[in-house]
Amino acid sequence: MGARLERPRVHAVKFARQTDLPVLLPFRPGGGAPHAAWKLNAWHGALLAAALTLSVGVAQAQAGPGAPSIIATIIKWTPLLAQGFALNIAMSFLAMAIGTALGFPLGLGQVSLHAPVRSVSWLVTQIFRNAPWLVLLFYCMLLIPFEIRVGGSIVPLPGWLKSTIGLSLPVMANVSELVRGAVRSIPFGQWEASEALAFTRTQTLSMIILPQCIRRMTPPWMNLYAILTVATPLASIVGVSEAMTLTGDILSSEGRSELLVPLYLYLLLAFFLYCYPIARATVMLERRLQVH
Amino acid sequence: MSSWTPDQPLIRIRDVHKAFGALVVLGGISLDVKKGEVVCIIGPSGSGKSTLLRCINALVPIDRGSIEVEGQEVNTPSLDKLALRRKVGMVFQQYNLFPHRTALQNIMMAPIHVLKRDRTEVEAHARKLMRKVRLEGKEDAYPGQLSGGQQQRIAIARSLAMNPDVMLFDEVTAALDPETVKDVLITIRELAEEHMTCVIVTHEMGFAREVADEIYFTDGGVLVEHAPPKEFFTNPRDERTRQFLNQIL
Repeated sequence: MGARLERPRVHAVKFARQTDLPVLLPFRPGGGAPHAAWKLNAWHGALLAAALTLSVGVAQAQAGPGAPSIIATIIKWTPLLAQGFALNIAMSFLAMAIGTALGFPLGLGQVSLHAPVRSVSWLVTQIFRNAPWLVLLFYCMLLIPFEIRVGGSIVPLPGWLKSTIGLSLPVMANVSELVRGAVRSIPFGQWEASEALAFTRTQTLSMIILPQCIRRMTPPWMNLYAILTVATPLASIVGVSEAMTLTGDILSSEGRSELLVPLYLYLLLAFFLYCYPIARATVMLERRLQVH
Repeated sequence: MSSWTPDQPLIRIRDVHKAFGALVVLGGISLDVKKGEVVCIIGPSGSGKSTLLRCINALVPIDRGSIEVEGQEVNTPSLDKLALRRKVGMVFQQYNLFPHRTALQNIMMAPIHVLKRDRTEVEAHARKLMRKVRLEGKEDAYPGQLSGGQQQRIAIARSLAMNPDVMLFDEVTAALDPETVKDVLITIRELAEEHMTCVIVTHEMGFAREVADEIYFTDGGVLVEHAPPKEFFTNPRDERTRQFLNQIL
């Protein structure tokens, strides 16, 4: 049967190549999507590494006589930078967890049957999705107290935690949109069939609709995580000691202007090495899910 | 309500009206379906056939009129939808199987989670139904791995797993490849032979003629005429019926 279906398609393609008349070509899902070329790939990493090598060379040539070599300086500061980078990762993990935990119910609110719930969820989503991340970050830094009293004890709220909360707000709004979009993308027939089988709405959502949504949501959700990770250096502006802040601190303590380019490229490469596997996994998952 | 006995119509539809905005889909439909009877509804596209089926199990609310299933009024705010849908099974044109569950799980889900029946008992029943629709061996296949005809037979089994008193079939072969239509029709015919009450919306005239006890012809939201198949096909009374049959036969 497959072969019988295949043949006319081959004819169509052949014919299309022979003629200059407008011909409707067979539809290929995902083929020629313009953004595909802009996905992170190994070449970007190679380019970054090359740029880093080049900048180290240039900086070495600019270095004054008797100064420690650029590579030795970078290696000396690597443990500290790694500590800062670990904070970036920790912040991204926590912000993603908080954002997902809040965004999931918010997204379900957007598809609620109750109009007030729906509009409030929509409004909250829109506000936090469209507000600049940095503005949200500043709001959280300035509005959340530096410590809170729980019962008798005082719980300190360090800056990194406050900025993590700030970063989790746009994540929440984006997850909310992912959930809404995924639920809406499930064919209406699934709802109808569930209803005809006497499932309640809650059962339909939890057993039939959401399991299918999770599959669809996973690639964009991972993509959102990668975006969030590269956004964590924003916290440096509000004074959190993460990798970006530390890079600045290192530069001012070294007082060597030629270090500036190699050190920031070094940090950039670290972010690439962390995000690249996530980007690859996302693409692979997307491809696998497309088959179904 | 509740004085229903099996000798009365299992489904009693009286003067049902339904409009979507300005579009009148059902303009006063009345019909009875007796227990064990197989009723086929035919008619041109957009004549309200599918909507009528959806009204019977309250997937679509009606504007006016009355639908009773085993004496229970459907058009009432106090309707127990769960009780109604346990009695009324429905099979759709697009199968609507749950793609993230295997064939067997598709059949087992509703009895386990809606009827709260014992899992082992449900599984035994589900395997029996797989045999009944002649898909033994496909228990662990996902819907995406099955042909349209196979999916549709799983959908029939899924509906039967709720032990309904009546089955509604909504153009169940319309989306299928011609070579798989037959298997689905055989399955439905077997059900009819077991005296399952069936309301079938179909474009398969040969099939309707073969299985139906009564054929209803709808056009423009009204029932134009109804008759047993032999009489309906050989001696249609209404001009619209004659035109329709001329077009498709």
